Amino acid sequence: MIPTRARRSLLTAALLSVGLVLTACGSRVDDAGGGAAAESCVDTSGDSVKIGFLNSRSGTMAISENTVFDSLQMAADQINATGGVLGKQLTVVAEDGASEPTVFAEKATKLIQSDCVAAVFGGWTSSSRKAMLPVFESNDALLFYPVQYEGLESSKNIFYTGATTNQQIVPALDYLKEQGVTSLFLVGSDYVFPQTANKIIKAYAAANGIEIKGEEYAPLGHTDFSTIVAKVRDAGAGAVFNTLNGDSNVAFFKEYKNLGLTPATMPVLSVSIAEEEVGGIGVDNIVGQPVAWNYYQTIDSPENKKFVEEFKTTYGATKVTSDPMEAAYTSLYLWKGMVEKANSFAVPDIQAAAGGVTFDAPEGKVTVNGDNHHIAKTALIGKIGPDGLIYTDWSSGAPIEPDPYLKTYPWAGSLSG
Amino acid sequence: MTSIFRSRYAVGIGFLVAAVLLFAVAPAVLTTFRLGLLGKYLCYAMVAVGIGLAWGRGGMLTLGQGVFFGIGAYLMAMHLKLADAGPGAVPDFMALISSEGVPWWWEPFRSGTVTIIAILVLPTLLAVLLGQATFRRKVRGAYFAILSQALAAAFAILLIGNPVATGGSTGLNNFKGFFGFSLRDPANRQMLYFIAAAALLVMVLVARQLMVSRFGELLVACRDGEERVRFLGYDPATVKTVAFAVAAMMAGVGGALFVPIVGIISPNDVGVVPSIGLLIGVAIGGRTTLAGPVLGAIAVAWAETSLSEQFPSGWTYVQGLMFMLVVAFLPGGLASLVKWRRTAKADPPPPPAAEKDLTPEPAGGAQA
Amino acid sequence: MDILVTQVFNGLSGGSILLLAALGLALTFGQMGVINMAHGEFMMAGAYTAYVCQQLLGSAGVSLLVSLPIAFLIGGLLGVVLEATLLRRMYHRPLDTLLVTWGVSLILQQLARDLFGTAGVDVAAPAWLSGPVEILGFAFPRSRLFILVLAIVAVVAVTLVLKLTPLGRRIRATVQNRQLAESAGISTRRTDMLTFFIGSGLAGIAGVALTLMGSISSNLGTSYIVDAFLVVIIGGIGQIKGAVIAAFVLGVAQSWIEYSTSASIAKVIVFALVVAFLQFRPQGIFQVRTRSLV
Repeated sequence: MIPTRARRSLLTAALLSVGLVLTACGSRVDDAGGGAAAESCVDTSGDSVKIGFLNSRSGTMAISENTVFDSLQMAADQINATGGVLGKQLTVVAEDGASEPTVFAEKATKLIQSDCVAAVFGGWTSSSRKAMLPVFESNDALLFYPVQYEGLESSKNIFYTGATTNQQIVPALDYLKEQGVTSLFLVGSDYVFPQTANKIIKAYAAANGIEIKGEEYAPLGHTDFSTIVAKVRDAGAGAVFNTLNGDSNVAFFKEYKNLGLTPATMPVLSVSIAEEEVGGIGVDNIVGQPVAWNYYQTIDSPENKKFVEEFKTTYGATKVTSDPMEAAYTSLYLWKGMVEKANSFAVPDIQAAAGGVTFDAPEGKVTVNGDNHHIAKTALIGKIGPDGLIYTDWSSGAPIEPDPYLKTYPWAGSLSG
Repeated sequence: MTSIFRSRYAVGIGFLVAAVLLFAVAPAVLTTFRLGLLGKYLCYAMVAVGIGLAWGRGGMLTLGQGVFFGIGAYLMAMHLKLADAGPGAVPDFMALISSEGVPWWWEPFRSGTVTIIAILVLPTLLAVLLGQATFRRKVRGAYFAILSQALAAAFAILLIGNPVATGGSTGLNNFKGFFGFSLRDPANRQMLYFIAAAALLVMVLVARQLMVSRFGELLVACRDGEERVRFLGYDPATVKTVAFAVAAMMAGVGGALFVPIVGIISPNDVGVVPSIGLLIGVAIGGRTTLAGPVLGAIAVAWAETSLSEQFPSGWTYVQGLMFMLVVAFLPGGLASLVKWRRTAKADPPPPPAAEKDLTPEPAGGAQA
Repeated sequence: MDILVTQVFNGLSGGSILLLAALGLALTFGQMGVINMAHGEFMMAGAYTAYVCQQLLGSAGVSLLVSLPIAFLIGGLLGVVLEATLLRRMYHRPLDTLLVTWGVSLILQQLARDLFGTAGVDVAAPAWLSGPVEILGFAFPRSRLFILVLAIVAVVAVTLVLKLTPLGRRIRATVQNRQLAESAGISTRRTDMLTFFIGSGLAGIAGVALTLMGSISSNLGTSYIVDAFLVVIIGGIGQIKGAVIAAFVLGVAQSWIEYSTSASIAKVIVFALVVAFLQFRPQGIFQVRTRSLV
C-alpha cells in the first residue's frame, strides 16, 4: 500500500538524521575538561545588577510561595532604598515555577543563561530544589533556598537559609522527650521530606527509648483522613509527629478534632505549619498544638518589630509573617553581606567570602557556615494561640550550628550512608 | 481522503520546509537555551502526532497519553541514572533514601540496547493490552476517556508513592551523560535536538502513511460508524488497538527524548493535567489533519512559555479559554479555516454527526 | 470488632461523600451524555458559598444550614449558564464536552484564586457538628454522620423527584428515548436545562458538605472529579441506584484496602479493580435496556 515515493522519502529522512547525528557529536562524558560549565554572562558594568526570584506564582504551591516572593521583593526594595549592593541597584527578574519541578529547572536555566542574573532566590518544595540543583551546579551559579528541608545535602552552589534537620526536627524531638513523651506516631505526606524526616526520627527514637507506634503516609493532596486518624487514635501514642504538606493538614486536623482528639490528650507536633497556614486549617481545629520553626511573628526583638511592621504596611495589616518568609528576607541580606565582603559579584569570590557572614535577622543573629553553606540559627518550639499566631514555648537558647548530615550525632551514624 | 493528502507535492514541499526550518534555520537563530526549549516542544509534538491519529482519526479521546510518555521518559531516565552511576553502582538519589541497592527491575536498564527496545516496546505493549481489554468489550467514548484519565491518575500516584525506585515527587534528574556523551556540552545538546527533530519528521511520515493507507480509511470508518465496519467483516477492536498502540509508541519515544533534552522527569509531567494539556494543541491545530496537531502542540507550548514569563496566572485563563472556544466553536481547529479557503473541492470538515455513534450507549445517541 | 465498626463506618462515610459528588454527575451524564469536568468546580463554588455565608452571618450553626439552599442555587445557576452558552450546541458531540468543560474548570479555578486568594479559607463547623458522638460505645464524628444523612436525603429527594413529579417523568422518558420523548410532546430542551440545574445544584450542596471535611481552596474540585466519574461509570448510566451502590462499594473498598496497606496503594488497587469490573460489566452495574445494537 505504501507508495514507493513515500518510502524513498522515509529512507532519505532516516539517512539524513543519522548523518546529522554523527557529525554533530560533541565531547564524551569522560573527556577531561570537555563540556565545562558555560561562562557566566553576568553584567556588572552598569549601575545596576540583576537578580532572579523564582517562586511558584501559580499552581498548588502558590499559596505559600507568593508570600516568600512578597518578602523577597520587600528586601530588594529596602536594599535599593539604602544604596543598593556595592553601589549598584538591584533589578529583579521574577519567574513563575508553577509548582512543577520541571518548570523550576527550566526557569532556573533561563534566569542564568538568558537573563544573566547574579544570584537566584527561591524554591520551596524539596522537589523544586532537587530539580534546580544540577542546573546551578552545571552553570556554576548561586541559589538561595529559604525553606526548612530534610538535610543530607550540601552544594557549593546553594545557600540554605531555612533550617536543616538538626535545627528543627532534632530540637523538636528533644522538646517532646523533655515533655515526657515516650511513644510517637508518624504521619506524613508521601514524598521525600517526610520520608527522610521519619528516618531521622526513627533513629533518634531508637537511641532514646521512644517507641514508634505507627507510620502512615498520605498521597499529596489526600483529603480523606478518616482511616489514618482512626489508626492514630487506636495506637494511643504519646504524641503525633506531623510532616504532612499543604491542604492535607486541613483535612487531617478537622478529622482529628472530629474524633475528639485534643492537644492535651495527644499533641500533634507539626513542622510544615506556619502562621499563614493556620487560617486555612481553622484556628479552632489546631489551637494549642505545638509546631517547630526558627522564627515566629511574635518574636520580641527590634529587628522583628521592624520587619513585621514594614511587611504589614507594604502588603496589608491582615498579613502575617512566617519562617520561610523571614528566611527568604534574610537570604537576600546575607547575599548582600557576602558580595560586600568579597567586593565582587563573581560566584567563586562569593563562595570564598561566605563563611562567617552574619546578619541581625528578625529571628536573631544568623551566621553563614562556609563549609556546608547552611546558617546557624536558633530552634524555637511554639504553640498556636487562639489568635492564630504562634507563641514561643521552648528555645534552644543559642544558635545551633548547621549539620545537614548529622555527623555530630552518634545515633545518626547509619543515616548519611 | 482530502485534497491535501492527494497532492503529494504539497506534502513534499511542506515536509521540506519543515526540515529546513528545523535543521538549518532554528539552530542558526536560537540560543542554546531556546533551542533546548524548542527540543522540548518537539517532544510534545511527537505525542500530538499520536493523539491526532488516535483521537482525530480514530475517535478515541485518550486522556492518558501522559502514561505512555511517562513510561518512555522514566525508562530513559533510569538508564541514564544507571549509566551515570557506573557499572554495578547505585544511582545517587537512591543511595540517599535507601540502603537496599538497585531494585531488581531496574537492572536490565543498565544496558542501553535493552532500554531502547523497552522504550519502543513497553508503551506499545501496554496500549495493546489496554486496547484489547477495553475496545473488545466495547468500552468506548466517554467510558474510555474517563478510564484513560483514571489510569493517568493512578500512574502518577504510583510514581509518587515509590520514591526509592522512581524518585517520588521529585522524579529523576541530574543526568550527566547520554549514551556516553556529556550532556553539559552544547554540541551534544544540539545533537539531541537534531535527534528529536528527525524523530518527529519520521513520525509525521509514518502517520501520513497510516492515514492514506487502507488502515487509515478503516480507522476513520470505525470512528464514524463502528457497527457498520463490523458488519462489513472487519474487526474494529483490532483497528482501534493498532492506532492506539502507534500513538502510545510515539508518546513513549517523545518521553524518552524529553528526558535528556529537559534534564528532568517528574510525576507532574505525566499526570492527569499534563495529559489533558497535550490535547489542546491537537484540538487547536486540527485534530483530523496531519500537520495540525504538530503545529498546534508546538504553538501552544511556545505560547505557554512566553506568556507565563509575563503573566504567571494569565496562562491558566488563556488555556481555559482555548479549550472552551476552540472545541466548542471550531471543532476542526485552525486547519478547518485553511481548508475552507481551499474551496468546496476539499472534503467538508468532519460532519458534526460523526461522533454520534461514540455516545456512551444507551444514553443519548445510541437510539439514533 | 473495634476496627471492623470503625472501618465500615469510615468506608460508608467516604462513600457518602463520593455519592454526593457523583449524584449530580449521574444525572447530567446519564441524561445528556455530557461529561462535565467543571462539576468539581461547582462543588468548589458551593464550598466558597458556605465560606461567604459564614463571613456574612457570623454564627456557624445558622450559616451552614442557610448556605445549603444558596449553594444549591449557585451551583444550579452556574450549570444552567454553562448549559445554555456552551453545551447546548454540543449535544451531538458528547466527547468534546469533556474538553470544553475542562477549560471551564481551569477558568473557574483561577477565578477562585483571584477572588479568594491562593491560601485556603476555613469554614468553622457549628458546635452541634464538631467532635464525636457516642453510639453503642463507639465514637463517631458528628460531621461524618451529618454528611451521611445529607447524602441519603439527597438520594431520596432525587429519587422522589424522578419517580413522582412530572419533571421526573420527562427526565426518565428523555433518558430512555430522546426522539420518542420529543415526539410525545416533551420539550427535551427544557428538560435538559432543568436536569442540569438540579445536577449542578447537587454539586453545590456537596461543596458545602465538604467544608466540614477538608480544606476550601481552588483545587477542591480536582480531588474528587476522577473518583466521582468512576462512580458514575461503575453504577451504570441513567441509574441513581447504581451510583449509590457504586459509591458505597468504592468507599468501603478504599477504606479497607487503605487500612491494610497505605493510602497510595489503595487508590491504585481500587482503580485496577474498576478496570477488572468493567471487563465483566462494561455497562456498569445497571443498564437501561434499549433496543440499540450494542
